[in-house]
Amino acid sequence: MAAKKLNMRKRYELLTRGIGWETSYQKMDDVFPYDTFEGIKITDWDKWEDPFRLTMDAYWKFQAEKEKKLYAIIDSFAQNNGQTNLADASYLSAIKLFITGVTPLEYAAHHGFAHLGRHFRGEGARVACQMQAIDELRHAQTQIHTISHYNKHFTGLHDPFYQSDRVWYLSVPKSFGEDALSAGPFEFITSISFAFEYVLTNLLFVPFMSGAAYNGDMATTTFGFSAQSDESRHMTLGLEIIKFMLEQHEDNLPIIQGWIDKHFWRAYRVLALVSAMQDYMLTNTPMSWKEAWDIYFVENGGALFEDLGRYGLKMPKHHELATAEAEHLSHQVWSVFCALGNATGFHTFEPSDEKMDWLSEKYPNTFDKYYRPRFEHWKKQKEDGTFEYLASLPQLCQVCQIPMIFTEVKTDPMQLSFRNTKFKGDNYHFCSDGCKDIFENEPEKYVQAWLPVHQIFQGNCGGATIPEVLKWYKFEPEDGGDYFDSQDFRRWQEWHGKDEPAKTGSDN
Amino acid sequence: MSIEISAKSITPIRLSYGNLIERFGDKRPPSRYQEAAYDVQPTANFHYRPLWDKNHEIYDTSRTAIVMEDWYSFADPRQYYYGTYTIARSKQQEVAEHNYAFVDKRDLLEELPDDIKQSVRDILIPLRHIEWGANMNNCQIDCMGYGSTICSVAMFNAMDRLGMAQYITRIGLLLDGNETTTLDAAKKDWMEGPQWQGLRHAVEDMFVLEDWFELMVAQNFVLDGLLFPLFWDRFERKLSKNGGGTIAMLTEFMPQWYSETVRWTNALAKVTAAESKENKELLSTWLNKWVSRLCEAIEPVAVEAFGPEGTSELAEVKEELLARLGKQGLTI
Ligand SMILES: [Fe+2]
Ligand SMILES: [Fe+2]
Ligand SMILES: [Zn+2]
Repeated sequence: MAAKKLNMRKRYELLTRGIGWETSYQKMDDVFPYDTFEGIKITDWDKWEDPFRLTMDAYWKFQAEKEKKLYAIIDSFAQNNGQTNLADASYLSAIKLFITGVTPLEYAAHHGFAHLGRHFRGEGARVACQMQAIDELRHAQTQIHTISHYNKHFTGLHDPFYQSDRVWYLSVPKSFGEDALSAGPFEFITSISFAFEYVLTNLLFVPFMSGAAYNGDMATTTFGFSAQSDESRHMTLGLEIIKFMLEQHEDNLPIIQGWIDKHFWRAYRVLALVSAMQDYMLTNTPMSWKEAWDIYFVENGGALFEDLGRYGLKMPKHHELATAEAEHLSHQVWSVFCALGNATGFHTFEPSDEKMDWLSEKYPNTFDKYYRPRFEHWKKQKEDGTFEYLASLPQLCQVCQIPMIFTEVKTDPMQLSFRNTKFKGDNYHFCSDGCKDIFENEPEKYVQAWLPVHQIFQGNCGGATIPEVLKWYKFEPEDGGDYFDSQDFRRWQEWHGKDEPAKTGSDN
Repeated sequence: MSIEISAKSITPIRLSYGNLIERFGDKRPPSRYQEAAYDVQPTANFHYRPLWDKNHEIYDTSRTAIVMEDWYSFADPRQYYYGTYTIARSKQQEVAEHNYAFVDKRDLLEELPDDIKQSVRDILIPLRHIEWGANMNNCQIDCMGYGSTICSVAMFNAMDRLGMAQYITRIGLLLDGNETTTLDAAKKDWMEGPQWQGLRHAVEDMFVLEDWFELMVAQNFVLDGLLFPLFWDRFERKLSKNGGGTIAMLTEFMPQWYSETVRWTNALAKVTAAESKENKELLSTWLNKWVSRLCEAIEPVAVEAFGPEGTSELAEVKEELLARLGKQGLTI
């Protein structure tokens, strides 16, 4: 018999649909108990269009090829002591933030997509989520392996997962991931696949992966490019799920808009940490945070939402504020890290003269006016031996958990932005209208937040003094503080045959 | 910068990540498997209770009655992390791809005796729904389970089951020249055929089990422990003896996969049972429940597959399973 030819689409459909069935010994609502409570109405799961038609055999084949190449490069990087070819050892602060802040989010994404991979009622959607679940596991594991060699030669990389559960600034990404994980499956996928991976992913990818390339970090660059084809599948899924939900029922629109508003702001606040990394930790920077924001959010994001306008979707609430903050964000975040640099797991440092000039050029309206004097002052204090780290712990925003450092950028950039609200007799503080809105929509959720500073005051973090808390964080004495006083710096100088400590690092 | 520094001249400041030094000491560097699998899952200071399960934290040891002092006592003997896993499977799929192409090109299924074809349609093709159920169940173990060593293996297992469901589907399509007659008939059998209802009922009951470790026992220890030897080994051999050797070319993946996979279920059974008397008792209770339930459910299919010997074939497979699990410390 002559076999009928099947096109890719039909073939894929036969290999993924109709394998599942309508259960009858147990109610479908008991088999899939979680996909209705959020109020999203799905009338026909079969309308789901598979965004990438990968059967398992093809998946194993492609992914195994990528893995072989990646590990070959990681191995040779380690063998050849590739870390000595970095632009500068101060660049490692970015990698330290990455493995403690981002890698745990990869595992969180793995966990969440496994949950959806089991609990979405539609077969096609389940398979798509499972593929992403295993991809995200890949990302967590390959990042651990890529950074393993750095951990052998630099400080601050030794206990990323333990620290992710405890350290004050790491509760920013952790609480973001757990916000999504604790939500229902449709909100989870809107948050991670759409708000994070579709709308904002380049703002994470460019600074870390192009940043790695600009700074001689072959290991991370290779990982990044290896993950890129996974990410493009994830982005496609993000767009597909939004369209699918919107096309299924008109009642879904306001719910989805609310989630986009919320998770855009939530994810954007996580990226505030990335902005500081991009503008300050990178020795050589591919582009400034502001430039990246303008291209990837204002332009590309704007076009995307214009396109989605036909579904009735609008730009996320408070996006104008995020754009207005772009000229301040990285400077404010890096300032607080420098001021608390005795309590960070990476090294802080004032920008080199060259870097300050670069910042002036990239931020003509703000850097010289507001931020340069601050860094020059600290630099001078360090030379005079009068510099002191902040003695008090900062107040954290109840939602994003970043210290209250953001300012009224639209009216008076020197004025701290401070919002609060009362819930059941208690007062809660927020860094912005965005975070306050999120709280007010779901106060029962956000009162539960494990706020690191509150926890320290309540005695849950190893003790009442900074050294006790740092010990509880498993920060070793050489992990934090100024780069130029660090073991990383001394070893770097040794490797390169310089015994004179340089005055300012980042230029070389 | 072009400074040549030989590998030997740089002394590392530490051997590995802190959690691995704590677990395995600092005598020699941990393996890539250990780096990837251990302690990655969050364990403390969760921010928000799940809206979909307010009685538990996002990761919560109390989603099973099994109690482990250290959920990382278990190690996968295959040492699978994503890289080793995908590379192993890609080799297997390469062989499978070759075999499918060969059978397809020469129309080898066409030449099979009709009764063999019918046996494949009646017995093997409906098993794709069981693999699909196993995919769901292993996803459930991953997302409700505890500890990244266990959960990551469940993820790999889930994807394997999807892969096998797809291989079985391809056999169905090959049998019909890409028409879905066989697949449709097998689905109808699965949904309505009296011989399959015990199994479908059991699988659907597994979908709603609350304890993920009980699900592990039901699906990965017992159901797989009965089905794979019975159908993907003994029944295959019966087909081959009767002129259906071609089928074995298309299903080579399954027995291979199974003999590899029992290594981790054995290891998991052993570690969990050895932990405490209570665990051991609990595992025995579950084992008892699911062995008798599933043997009963499989029997009509076994009889359809083997004729009257089906009962004794199943009984032998059951004895082998109990003997194997007995060696791991699990008894009925
Ligand atoms: Fe990822
Ligand atoms: Fe992703
Ligand atoms: Zn905030």
